[in-house]
Amino acid sequence: MLWLLFFLVTAIRADLCQPDAENAFKVRLSIRTALGDKAYAWDTNEEYLFKAMVAFSMRKVPNRETTEISHVLLCNVTQRVSFWFVVTDPSRNHTLPAVEVQSAIRMNRNRINNAFFLNDQTLEFLRIPSTLAPPTDPSVPIWIIIFGVIFCIVLVATMLLILSGIRQHRRKNKGPSEMEDTEDKCENVITIENGIPCDPLDMKGGHINDAFVTEDERLTPL
Amino acid sequence: MEKTRPLWTTPLQFVFACISYAVGLGNVWRFPYLCQMYGGGSFLVPYVVMLVVEGMPLLYLELAVGQRMRQGSIGAWRTVSPYLSGVGVASVLVSFFLCTYYNVINAWAFWYLFHSFQDPLPWSVCPLNGNRTGYVEECEKASSTQYFWYRKTLNISPSIQESGAVQWEPALCLVLAWLVVYLCVLRGTASTGKVVYFTALLPYCVLIIYLVRGLTLHGATNGLAYMFTPKMEQLANPKAWINAATQIFFSLGLGFGSLIAFASYNEPSNNCQKHAIIVSIINSSTSIFASIVTFSIYGFKATFNYESCLNKVILLLTNSFDLEDGFLTANNLEQVKDYLASAYPSKYSEVFPQIRNCSLESELETAVQGTGLAFIVYTEAIKNMEVSQLWSVLYFFMLLLLGVGSMLGNTAAILTPLMDSKLISSYLPKEAISGLVCLTNCAIGMVFTMEAGSYWFDIFNDYAATLSLLLIVLVETVALCYLYGLRRFESEFKAMTGRALSWYWKVMWGGVSPLLIISLFIFYLSDYIITGTLQYQAWDAAQGQLVTKDYPPQALAVIGLLVATSTMCIPLGALGTLITRCLRRGDTAPKA
Repeated sequence: MLWLLFFLVTAIRADLCQPDAENAFKVRLSIRTALGDKAYAWDTNEEYLFKAMVAFSMRKVPNRETTEISHVLLCNVTQRVSFWFVVTDPSRNHTLPAVEVQSAIRMNRNRINNAFFLNDQTLEFLRIPSTLAPPTDPSVPIWIIIFGVIFCIVLVATMLLILSGIRQHRRKNKGPSEMEDTEDKCENVITIENGIPCDPLDMKGGHINDAFVTEDERLTPL
Repeated sequence: MEKTRPLWTTPLQFVFACISYAVGLGNVWRFPYLCQMYGGGSFLVPYVVMLVVEGMPLLYLELAVGQRMRQGSIGAWRTVSPYLSGVGVASVLVSFFLCTYYNVINAWAFWYLFHSFQDPLPWSVCPLNGNRTGYVEECEKASSTQYFWYRKTLNISPSIQESGAVQWEPALCLVLAWLVVYLCVLRGTASTGKVVYFTALLPYCVLIIYLVRGLTLHGATNGLAYMFTPKMEQLANPKAWINAATQIFFSLGLGFGSLIAFASYNEPSNNCQKHAIIVSIINSSTSIFASIVTFSIYGFKATFNYESCLNKVILLLTNSFDLEDGFLTANNLEQVKDYLASAYPSKYSEVFPQIRNCSLESELETAVQGTGLAFIVYTEAIKNMEVSQLWSVLYFFMLLLLGVGSMLGNTAAILTPLMDSKLISSYLPKEAISGLVCLTNCAIGMVFTMEAGSYWFDIFNDYAATLSLLLIVLVETVALCYLYGLRRFESEFKAMTGRALSWYWKVMWGGVSPLLIISLFIFYLSDYIITGTLQYQAWDAAQGQLVTKDYPPQALAVIGLLVATSTMCIPLGALGTLITRCLRRGDTAPKA
């Protein structure tokens, strides 16, 4: 009699967990892809851990704090490794609604993944979409900072060049304007002997003798 | 007293300026494409032949004219013959069009450079959709690199008619690009001469680094083997020869007036024959060198995509048949597929439509050129390398150097004639002239930062310079040899430099090169006429791929205007001179 009852109970429980059953979810693991040589074998102990993690996730849902490991049923474990699971209520006659299980798993996805050294792609819960990590958005986009730096550098360099050009123009304009041409030439082609630039002596129209002026500047001031 | 012309401080600066101008983005993104399309290693044969027959002579011609006439393009051709003043103006106009759209590439390179300082690279991941359960749809359909280019960089509209608004981010980058160019040309040869040391040498450093990196990538040898296996039958294809000639022609930047401008700042006794040969050889070697790098990167990308495709198929089969994880590998894939097809025929036939045929060949055959190569294919390869930020920064820095180097030549082509003109340079200092030119180009360039800007960019890229340049160089060569007189030019040149013109150059200038250009010109005209309607590639956001559309009448009008304005300058210039001469003769006749 007792054996009959036991078989009946297991039969009922087996009915609750079936592929494509109501409120059942398929789980797929890719352990060798994730871990390579360090892959562990999927055995009943790992299944026990999985049941524990699911039960833990359900316990975090209000009104479901009494979920036990024995309430989580696994079935159809394949070589892949993939299996189906359901979570039953304390009476073990009904399965908990899919929505509750879904939200519970989503909340604790990270911890479940870490328990098995897997991630969202290698531990898949079909029909439970994972929440993707939001991109770290800094308050000011990085590219604007770098753009600003380079823009300022280029602007400053341009300003410096323009200002020095204007200063040179003013210095030139102080001399007679016709001499601008020879000065232009001298700016580009300056012969230097003994460290003294040889400007032609008639450059400034005889007003200043450059050879003497340069010599004065080389003497140390008093 | 004649104002003395500014000179290059050393002849090395001149060589570097020419190299930095000639070695540009076309060497990196056009030559590898041509190599792939026209027979791989065997494309080098028409390429070298055209270099010797067309490239070197025409380059030498331009440098010789510039050095002899010592003026920008307008003044130089006016000295050759007063009826040729239109040629110089046409050169300046084409350079102006080129400047306007070329700097937009530098703006995009800046944009990518600034975005390379993030982890992960923004084009390596798709952004998340609203409720964070998946990725944005457009990004899923296309790839993340395409999404970043078409949506984040260009924010492209579905067709050229929908112009959209000016995008402020590319607009800012364009302003920065023009500021950089202005900084380099501000002082004329004094500043340009220093900058070209960097723009000529640094890209080679980066290319060498990339060569070492590229050759050590997994799968690089696939790309190199694919590229260098010669397909000899392509030698019989006339298109290979025509494209080789076109590539040499445009790669050296003939006809824009930049080479004349650079050479005009030379010492009269400069040995520009040696320099012409050096520059053309270096330009072509750089093309070949860059294509080695490009093909190792192609090989890496193709191998990576091929292996991901295989992994996707393996995952699909593993999941559908609940096979053991790790059982299916690339080696036993075919046998297992056959086994599954026989063991579970019904299930297999369900899954079969989703199984893609992965082929390394088809990945390698996707030949891309232009902005697609530079900003999509390369970034896709870079995102899969280790320390991808470093490689990305290096790559876009190199693109910038190449682009800015070419821009220096382009702006010199416009600024030199302007500064030579006594009318303008007496009113404004050279800083102001450069500033005005850069400002005008920047303002017009804002068109390319609109949502439809990339389509306008393609129009300018394809039509602004091609036909006009061929005509300009043809008129230049014929005019110099027959109008001015080859013998007269030869004796003047010998007096100036002390070296005689060898017979080879005379034969090329007088006969071979003009004939070659005429045949190119006829080919292009007939090609345009035969194709009928002109079409362009538009980005369809819903499908996540490019679709072909016809150009609307406004775009066709702009294309016609672009070609017409520059080509019409030549006959109009001649006509103008003729009329002024007739009027002057009419004025003087009664007095006589």
